[in-house]
Amino acid sequence: MTRYVLKRILLAIVTIWVVATLTFFLMNMIPGGPFLSEKAISPQATAALEAKYGLDKSLWEQYVTYMNGLLHGDFGLSLKQRGRTVLEIIVTKFPVSAKIGGMAVLISLVLGVSLGCIAALHQGKFWDRFISVFATLGIAVPGFVVCTLLSYVFGAKLKLVSTLGLSDWTSYILPVTAIAFYPTSYIMRLMRSSMLDVLGQDYMRTAKAKGLSGTKQLFKHALRNAILPVVTYVGPMLAYTIVGSFVVEKIFVIPGLGGSFITAINGRDYTLIMGTTIFLATLVILMTLVVDILYKIIDPRIKYD
Amino acid sequence: MKTRSLTLLMAAAMTVSAVGCSSNNTSTNSTADSTAAATGDKKILSVQIGPNPETMDPALNSALDAGNMILESFECLLTNDKDGNAAPGAAESWEVSEDGKTYTFKLRDGLKWSDGTPLTSEDFVYSWQRVCDPNVAAPYAETVLSMVEGYDEAIAGDITKLNVEAPDEKTFIVHLSNACPYFESLAAFATLSPVQKATVEKNGDAWATAAETYVSNGPFHVTEWVPNSYILMEKNPNYWNAENIKIDGIKFNLIEDANAAYNAYNAGEIAFIKDVPTEEIASLEGRDDFFVAPMIGTYYISLNTEKEPYTNPDVRRALSLAIDREYLANTLMQGTYSPAGNFVGPGWMDTDGTEFYKNSNGGENFFKPTADIEAAKAALEAAGYPNGEGLPVLTYSTNDSGYHKSVAEYLQQAWKEIGVNLDVEIVEWASFTPMRRNGDFEIARNGWVGDYTDPSNILTLLYSTNGNNDGKYNNPEYDAQLDLASTTLDPKERSAALHKAEEILIEDAGCIPVAYYNDFWLENKDVVDGIWHSAYGYWHFEDAELVG
Repeated sequence: MTRYVLKRILLAIVTIWVVATLTFFLMNMIPGGPFLSEKAISPQATAALEAKYGLDKSLWEQYVTYMNGLLHGDFGLSLKQRGRTVLEIIVTKFPVSAKIGGMAVLISLVLGVSLGCIAALHQGKFWDRFISVFATLGIAVPGFVVCTLLSYVFGAKLKLVSTLGLSDWTSYILPVTAIAFYPTSYIMRLMRSSMLDVLGQDYMRTAKAKGLSGTKQLFKHALRNAILPVVTYVGPMLAYTIVGSFVVEKIFVIPGLGGSFITAINGRDYTLIMGTTIFLATLVILMTLVVDILYKIIDPRIKYD
Repeated sequence: MKTRSLTLLMAAAMTVSAVGCSSNNTSTNSTADSTAAATGDKKILSVQIGPNPETMDPALNSALDAGNMILESFECLLTNDKDGNAAPGAAESWEVSEDGKTYTFKLRDGLKWSDGTPLTSEDFVYSWQRVCDPNVAAPYAETVLSMVEGYDEAIAGDITKLNVEAPDEKTFIVHLSNACPYFESLAAFATLSPVQKATVEKNGDAWATAAETYVSNGPFHVTEWVPNSYILMEKNPNYWNAENIKIDGIKFNLIEDANAAYNAYNAGEIAFIKDVPTEEIASLEGRDDFFVAPMIGTYYISLNTEKEPYTNPDVRRALSLAIDREYLANTLMQGTYSPAGNFVGPGWMDTDGTEFYKNSNGGENFFKPTADIEAAKAALEAAGYPNGEGLPVLTYSTNDSGYHKSVAEYLQQAWKEIGVNLDVEIVEWASFTPMRRNGDFEIARNGWVGDYTDPSNILTLLYSTNGNNDGKYNNPEYDAQLDLASTTLDPKERSAALHKAEEILIEDAGCIPVAYYNDFWLENKDVVDGIWHSAYGYWHFEDAELVG
């Protein structure tokens, strides 16, 4: 097990390096640069800016400098948000996104798993149909529609909650709901089909024949097996959710990290593009590793070597 | 059996969510408390004028909304009054020498920084020289200081060569290399705000990113900045005119999305919003909290004059004549723009202090409000393309924001009427700007919002060597008039040269002016009074008062 984990960590470092290298060269291929504005700034000022941030050097030199900095934990200065370091931006914004995203993941797990089970246990009956309609809707309606609708109905029309920033606990309701909407629906569907599959297995019949109680049947035999696909999904989903959502942050004015992914690219803020990408890649890889280890705990039949 | 297991499952689920909720409660309550503590019972005006600023460092800024915020927390030597004229700021008086090359500013008594330390003329010397520092790389250095003696050496690295001096604590003298009739506007420009040497040297570029190190000298000072959320400025007790500031602070909500701003306005959370969703404008017109006011700026079309068929002035003229500017501005753009009659529109000032456009073309607009299809066809025929025959399909490039795409689609229709076929190419913003600047386009949308009200600011855009001359318009006569305007000391001669330049440009159709920019905003007069708007596109919140 330890050997396996060590091997995976080594592999993760290589993966992150590949991601960083690819991102570095790809982002430099898109036209434009960080110091452009509608009004042209003087060539002298542009040259001075490029010299200051080392953009006047060859791409290869820039790459070496960047990677060297990265090895020392230096993500560099943001090119657009003058005076702020990339690390500072990530460190201040990530907790905000993580808090909202974390709540959303928790809610979607609880709701998704329980409703998925209910639907499976009532296959073909009213509750199954009801839940399935809800799940399909949740998957089909895009996030920005959910956000706008929530903000309009509960914020602007009913004035029940604040739609502006995170001023009090009520202002968390809408963004968390909006973020949880899709994963809840997805987990519901995943759980339902996987549960149906498990319920039809021979060992379930054996369990029933042995005279095990319903709870034991469900939790010890069915759920443990049926939840595996959900675990697979939740790992990367958690990573993507806690780094924040551009749309949700924009609509509810939340100072999270999600917006930085998009604004960094739109503004060609090279160091911030690198920083956020590496950060997300690391999270995803980490979560996948955690999921793989969880697998082993949930299903001891899985062998790693 | 099934039912029982279900009940249990639900119970489990509910317990977990209850735990989730309670942890949620405790953590967020503390946030609510801290916000309340920060604002307390103070009279804080809540506004929205733009998204998170990239920088709040006066020297580094190039954005309009950040400039607006900077001017609430800093005060330059001079300010602009409601009529757009120069007024005393940190300087209580100023004198210009006979030859127009020396400006002597007398600072007010007892000026202080927001941290209570004294502000002297040396601070202006430091701040102005800092703008030239290549390590600072101020985007507006050339605009605001290139007429000062020693600018070239300063920008090359030796900033002490910039000829500004402080003979005593209250006197600040600027020596210009040539007379600059609009220098007073520059002395009121956000880039030339004084910044405190101590904090800048101690904290580097980061001085302007945190409230604690953001020392300023204006009516307000920053007390909190949560990036992408809000900037809170509170009244600066050390400001010389603090007793006349009636509000305790301004909260700038850093909202990027117009719909989010609009929702917050409707919910009563914000009293003033600048970003109004364009789709709501039709329903807002006529409402007494919706305002439209002109600003100095022109929406125009650049034609790549180095490419066929745009090398031919007749083709350019034909395209211009075929546009119904009245329809475009008032119907298509819903009155958020005004139809352009000239290139230099309302708000730009002539040398005699009247509006420049009133004296243009003998007081008549150059462009008719509606399209002149006959004249357009005639021009096209004169160019050798009767009814557009022989013309290739033209390409119009624009980015997709605001009304840009609608304008492009309108042009497709309008030019079709004179037999011109148009392709529209939508380009992402960050790629669009370099593409336009490099001349990789045929026709492109363009626009300019003035930095100061002197018409040279917009007319030099088409000067052959100007960095913003995207269409590479090149007419030596035009350049000669602008050269004359920048050197002459005679106001009449200067005015005549500027008017002549505009005439040449329009006769040549060196670019196609389409509409004038307006600012439009929502302001809840039941909550706030006294905010005023200048043609520069700035709102002045320092005179505001909370009512009701």
